[in-house]
Amino acid sequence: MNNTQSTGLIFELSKSGRRCHRLPKCDVPNSARIDQMIPKEYLAKQVLPLPEIGEIDLIRHFTNLSARNMSIDTNFYPLGSCTMKYNPKRHERIAAFPGFANLHPLQDDDTIQGMLELLHSMQEYLAEISGLPAVSLQPAAGAQGELTALFVAAAYFRDKGETHRRKVLVPDSAHGTNPASAALAGFDTITIKSGANGLVDLDDLKSKLGADTAVFMITNPNTLGLFETQIQEITELLHAQGALVYLDGANMNAILGITRPGDFGADMQHYNVHKTFTGPHGGGGPGSGPIAVRDYLAKYLPAPIVVKEGDRFRLNYNMPQSIGRVRSFFGTIGILFRGYCYIRTLGPDGLKQVSEHAVLNANYLRARVSEGYEVPHAGPCMHEFVASARKLLREKKVRAMDVCKRLLDYGFHAPTVYFPMVVSEALMFEPTETESKETLDAFAEVMLKIANEDPEVLRTAPHTHIISRPDEVKAAKEPVLRWTKA
Amino acid sequence: MSEYVLNTPEDVAAMLDRIGAGSIDQLFANIPAHLRFQRMLNIPPALTEIELTQHMQVLANKNQSSTDAVCFLGGGAYDHFIPTVVDVIASRSENYTAYTPYQAEASQGTLQVIYEYQTLMAQLTGMDVANASLYEGGSAVSEAVLMALGITGRTGEVLIAESVHPEYRQILVTYVRNLKCTVRTLPTPEGYLNPDDVAEAVNDSTVAVIAQSPNFFGHLEEMKTIGEAARKVGAIFIDVFDPVSLGLLATPADHGADIAVGEGQGLGIPFGFGGPYLGILTCRNEYVRKIPGRLVGETTDRNGQRCWVLTLQTREQHIRREKATSNICTNQGLFALRAAVHLTALGPVGLKETAELCVRKAHYAAEQLCKVPGVAMKFDRPFFKEFTLSLPRNVNNLLVQLREQGYHAGLPTGRWYPDHADGLTVAVTEKRTKQEIDGLAGAVKYRLSGVRDTVLS
Repeated sequence: MNNTQSTGLIFELSKSGRRCHRLPKCDVPNSARIDQMIPKEYLAKQVLPLPEIGEIDLIRHFTNLSARNMSIDTNFYPLGSCTMKYNPKRHERIAAFPGFANLHPLQDDDTIQGMLELLHSMQEYLAEISGLPAVSLQPAAGAQGELTALFVAAAYFRDKGETHRRKVLVPDSAHGTNPASAALAGFDTITIKSGANGLVDLDDLKSKLGADTAVFMITNPNTLGLFETQIQEITELLHAQGALVYLDGANMNAILGITRPGDFGADMQHYNVHKTFTGPHGGGGPGSGPIAVRDYLAKYLPAPIVVKEGDRFRLNYNMPQSIGRVRSFFGTIGILFRGYCYIRTLGPDGLKQVSEHAVLNANYLRARVSEGYEVPHAGPCMHEFVASARKLLREKKVRAMDVCKRLLDYGFHAPTVYFPMVVSEALMFEPTETESKETLDAFAEVMLKIANEDPEVLRTAPHTHIISRPDEVKAAKEPVLRWTKA
Repeated sequence: MSEYVLNTPEDVAAMLDRIGAGSIDQLFANIPAHLRFQRMLNIPPALTEIELTQHMQVLANKNQSSTDAVCFLGGGAYDHFIPTVVDVIASRSENYTAYTPYQAEASQGTLQVIYEYQTLMAQLTGMDVANASLYEGGSAVSEAVLMALGITGRTGEVLIAESVHPEYRQILVTYVRNLKCTVRTLPTPEGYLNPDDVAEAVNDSTVAVIAQSPNFFGHLEEMKTIGEAARKVGAIFIDVFDPVSLGLLATPADHGADIAVGEGQGLGIPFGFGGPYLGILTCRNEYVRKIPGRLVGETTDRNGQRCWVLTLQTREQHIRREKATSNICTNQGLFALRAAVHLTALGPVGLKETAELCVRKAHYAAEQLCKVPGVAMKFDRPFFKEFTLSLPRNVNNLLVQLREQGYHAGLPTGRWYPDHADGLTVAVTEKRTKQEIDGLAGAVKYRLSGVRDTVLS
């Protein structure tokens, strides 16, 4: 049902004089004019052109718009690399406890002992899961975690007098944030090729690795959903050159309690708490991107860190060699908080089970999807896999994107498409552990059905949504980024 | 098995059979055996929902929140009222369990809301365009500076007023440390940035000038004059604003800002010990292709129907990689939604009335507090909802005592500004009542009276 009531732009629903929120009368003496308190030159000359809306219209507008989204709570959402697992409802209720929701970020440590205890535990859990002992919870998202870790690396090499280390190596299958973060941290990015098996091409790595290498950023399992089997050799090569290994932790959902980045040679990593530890993705954010590093890098972490002294917890700002801050206040608490609830709910057995069933579900879906699509790399996969629609392109001129759009008609969100770039017509599936076999089967059946559908139906899909395909070229050519009064 | 994993033993057997594996363990065969973790993770055992709820209640009870004591804390996060409609809409799981709207046809809700948010932010600031949001106000300042570097192509100084939020300044220093520019802090010993100092400091290699109004002390800056000094030499003027203040105060556009950024927490976002918050970034039209992060644009579908998509993505990291305008991948979608609902709920009149109540109550509070012997305004400057007092004795001890009386009385200015160790920065929002303000003034008076002082400090 597409309910169109009150779904025009909120500005088009506006009518002068309507409102949804009234303020109390001023209860302090208020005979003075505002411009007697604040001189006129600081005051606005006109009333803001904001919309004026009554309460029921506001509620209908935003409620009916929400129904135009696919979401985890309404649809299977196998978006590869995004770990769209179920978001437990209990977290929402607990996060709203006034003792958490109403804590001002600059309150005195004595008044936030419960919060600090929670965050201190979170630091310890993330250290244990990664095998890297020092944790900063401050980075606001995975990309900022990467950037923070590269700042740490820059500070480390500066202290060692090795500022000639200008290069950050990044595999061609890496997330785009890796090279973008490296550039922001002042490094030059060098791309390392993937071999035909989807893994880092060791020869290419060796040929580009040198005394000027600062960091190798590796995603493991990588974005093809494959474990880098030569990971130990890779990290040893890097360490022999005096360089650091950074693990992009986007794919931690595959290895909780199975293997640890610190144990396979990573020196730094970030977590995506919103992925692995199920923070709701919120239509694009917030995220949370804490980092874990080796002990000799701990002194460079952003301040503050939560420390425990006897029974008391304290925010430690006294870190003279810290890189500084990357975010105001402490971090994306709301997501860290839900991650804490999740880890406590699952415990060590439950966390390991997450990865076991994430990998089982991915391999099962991989087997089912491969009945009708090419899956270019040998299995088993980890928590996700990449198939290709190139056979459809060759035989029917149907693109991977057409398959995605048609999936929407059947009530499934699309996989990640055209990424990683090392596979043509890539379709990247990550089912997560929270889906049932029935859901995976229903989805696989639809995938197989689509492969045999009339190409024209696919090229014009979706057919059942509120809109058909948008003209993206037009949107970019003459950008209209805001409503303006006609 | 946890409630979040659905595979029964029968399912597992059937799935393994289809895969052609003998056990789940075999699926991990590509991990070299010696790299497999040999013990269980050392984290506490699993809790049921009942146990978790009880455990979390115990932790919550160890905190003294802003509802347990009267809150006069500010410094970038303010105790503004959040209308119920904001929570109701944000707690719809069609909103909070969706992700980045890559598939526009199945994400028109999220996309339209972001487009409305972008428009609302432009209306609020008077600026031409806004992006889909950034992490929070602090890193938004740094993103604005990265934009300025890209726009000007300069490698000189970034000038920032000392009165800008100290944490925002720390973030900036961290962000540009490895880039080709330097940060110079312009001192503000009188609680505001003297525009003459800006005119003196700028030259034709200056990248950007950054000032915040109301500033960290709560006072208003001469933004227009500062902006003119910056623009005269072709530097980018970055205006850091408080969205709630714009119900009354001149906008960044009135100031002549090139880029305007702000912390959106005051727009319907609970304290939450500092996050998630909302980084607002707006700018002039001419800089739109240098904007970091997501942007939603209007277009039409194949039937000519109006709709919305993510656009200008060639700026972004997933396309441009190391040449992207920023490494940012997420926006704060759910919190942009909160801000959009909040601003819509308030409307122009509600925002203006909110701002007026802030001004009146803050000025009343300043007046009452300054009646206490030994207490005075630290700086003689106009202010909006926050102001800085000078106290006659140790601020930290006094704050502890006031807390025992039920007041989060303010922030010790000296924590960030050692030269202002006598300072107490007090924030007063529309939620504070006359009774609460009088109560605080009374408590300060009681604690500062000579007799109590010798006993307690």
